[in-house]
Amino acid sequence: MDFDFTDEQNMVRDGISRLIREQYDWDTRRSVIESDAGWRPELWAQLAELGMLAAPFSEEDGGFGGATEAMIIMEEFGKGLAVEPFIPTVVCAGGALKHGGSAAQREEYIGGIISGEMIFAFAFAEPRGRYDLANLETTAKADGSDYVLNGHKAVVIGAPWSTHFVVTARTSGGRTDKEGISVFVVAKDADGVSLRDYGTVDGRRASEVYFENVKLSSDALIGEADNGLPLIEKIVDEATAATCAEAVGVMKVTNEMTLDYSRQRKQFGAPIGSFQVLQHRMADMLMEYEQSVSMCYLATIKLDEDDATRKKNVSSAKVRIGQSARFIGQSAIQTHGGMGMTDELAVGSYFKRLSIFESEFGSVDHHMRRHIALTAG
Amino acid sequence: MNLEFTPEENAFRDEVRDFIANNYPQNIGTRGVQDEMSPEDMAAWHKILGQKGWSVPAWPTEYGGTGWTPTQRYIWSEENARMNTVMPLPFGVSMVGPVIYTFGSDEQKAEYLPGIRSGNVWWCQGYSEPGAGSDLASLKTTAVRDGDDYILNGQKTWTTLAQHADWGFFLCRTDPDAPKPQMGISFILVDMKSPGIEVRPIKLIDGGHEVNEVWLTDVRVPAANLIGEENKGWTYAKFLLAHERSGIAGVARSKRGVEQLKEIAAAEMLDGKPLIEDMGFATKISQLEIDLSALEITELRTLAGEQAGKGPGPESSLLKVKGTEIQQRLTELTLEAVGYYGTPDFRSFPDDGSNDFPIGPDYAHHAAPTYFNMRKTSIYGGSNEIQRNIITKMILGL
Repeated sequence: MDFDFTDEQNMVRDGISRLIREQYDWDTRRSVIESDAGWRPELWAQLAELGMLAAPFSEEDGGFGGATEAMIIMEEFGKGLAVEPFIPTVVCAGGALKHGGSAAQREEYIGGIISGEMIFAFAFAEPRGRYDLANLETTAKADGSDYVLNGHKAVVIGAPWSTHFVVTARTSGGRTDKEGISVFVVAKDADGVSLRDYGTVDGRRASEVYFENVKLSSDALIGEADNGLPLIEKIVDEATAATCAEAVGVMKVTNEMTLDYSRQRKQFGAPIGSFQVLQHRMADMLMEYEQSVSMCYLATIKLDEDDATRKKNVSSAKVRIGQSARFIGQSAIQTHGGMGMTDELAVGSYFKRLSIFESEFGSVDHHMRRHIALTAG
Repeated sequence: MNLEFTPEENAFRDEVRDFIANNYPQNIGTRGVQDEMSPEDMAAWHKILGQKGWSVPAWPTEYGGTGWTPTQRYIWSEENARMNTVMPLPFGVSMVGPVIYTFGSDEQKAEYLPGIRSGNVWWCQGYSEPGAGSDLASLKTTAVRDGDDYILNGQKTWTTLAQHADWGFFLCRTDPDAPKPQMGISFILVDMKSPGIEVRPIKLIDGGHEVNEVWLTDVRVPAANLIGEENKGWTYAKFLLAHERSGIAGVARSKRGVEQLKEIAAAEMLDGKPLIEDMGFATKISQLEIDLSALEITELRTLAGEQAGKGPGPESSLLKVKGTEIQQRLTELTLEAVGYYGTPDFRSFPDDGSNDFPIGPDYAHHAAPTYFNMRKTSIYGGSNEIQRNIITKMILGL
């Protein structure tokens, strides 16, 4: 048993940490998210050059690591509130391909991800499906050996920046059946794909994505037809663990900012950090953070175990970290007082990111229900 | 990063599991409702471990420690929790013992450590006073030097199981004029049979007799019983409290508690279905289980740090706060789960020698008293508010 990182993993952390610190300071981030592009493609190119986009892939696929590397990278992303689509591209699409892709698909698409040329978005959520991964109205009807894709995917993070989508669609069965689901790669420039792009409240970009009679060849199918749900659950769990790591990074900086502010801000002739009622709140924030670090490690370590173990631990982590994120975010704003309400201070953006993290890949309630289903009785 | 135990550690687990299975005495009383247990039962496992050489695993080997790694000690406590053993009381093993081998004279080590190891000498802790709780340094019990003796006067309180104690370790004020209250305190070992000591029971809200008042009236104690230097007792007292907090998370015991709670919730019915299938109650159990797994990993992270040579630091405050919150929550949910049968007071059941009297299911009898009793955990060992003060000062640096 140990919680140490390998030399290679420490190098990944140092590399990302330096990149974020030097090139993603607060003012830069603000101008990036306000720009037309809304992200920094040149940073993405640097990540590719440094090999970071290969980090979670096996050597066979041209990489050198796994889930722990993704965890480390996302924790550092979180500290700087980097908006670049590492989770949609590398963790979600990369995960779908590495667990379900054919040799040809892996070579083409994982190669494209690692080189930085292909940017993926993961189109899985739908307007009426909430957090249920099997509740799908998007259909892919077989047409000979091809498919015809129709449907509407909701809040597809990073879609405006993407070149490709990984799409979940129903190939048979009723709307909420667990069987009859398949996973496809779709090029964004395919005929019949249209997007409505928008900004998100936490500084990212997303789209509503519409597919209208999009023709897909059988090469577009990832994994087994009609049996895509286990693959989707696995990659969503991996993405959940990675976004938990991001939240841990966000919370670390949120706590540091709050502690700093409590030292500087004076009221009643004393720094507000000298007041016990705020000290105890900050002690609680620290304990919430430490428990979140523990849960993030646990979820990451268990990702490669059997399905039930993986699901239980990922849901435990998302519940615990979701609750910590709410407590830390709200406490940070409260401790900053009126200044916490202004758009001027960074803490507001950290709070907003934590608030949106809560529902990503399933809310606390959703994961609590999944935990109960796996453990009760 | 991994959570696997090594083959050697797994072999160690098998060894201690076998030892417990083969040597743990049968027919000893129930843990949790302590005054139902005889003092002999409470000390039985301690004495067996003393003979085996396993009663003080964390001590340095020169004083009888086992030399186990922190992970081995963790496995040891996990296996004991799994078997629900009544472990050696902490007052000798985890509190005064480390103070004696760290700060005591060679004579004191020779005199007191063997009895702590063997379990033949019962120790109690004379710290709190009616006017000195969280503000321990304001204590008023005095020790005045008189020739080769000290003369002790004052009152201690919350003295756990002092009714059975052979010896006690007491914090006394030896310099009332010291510039800071912390600077005038000494750490003195007292024979509980000394004339002038009176132990009076305190009945707690659970109906049990677990703690006492200890009154000291002109109690004569040899000056040779002073630990370390006069007026330096606060240093030793703080050292002891840090020792007390490690292991206080109680993860393994709480894991067992969650399993028991699930069994109860599976047996109790709501709307014709097991209570555990009710979404409201199931959510509470899952929350507890999730919080417990966070605590477990945090404890393992601390353990890994210790293994790498970092001593238990202020993180032990986190383990204390979260560990006791979970212990308390377990007892709350157990009382909720048993419904109406949490109400009857088992102490009022007539003792007519027959076995057929008990009212309601067995698991309900102690639900309320245990819930009442466990409120102590966020108060003792430095209240959870004091732990937050420690985190504020030592970790946040405010």
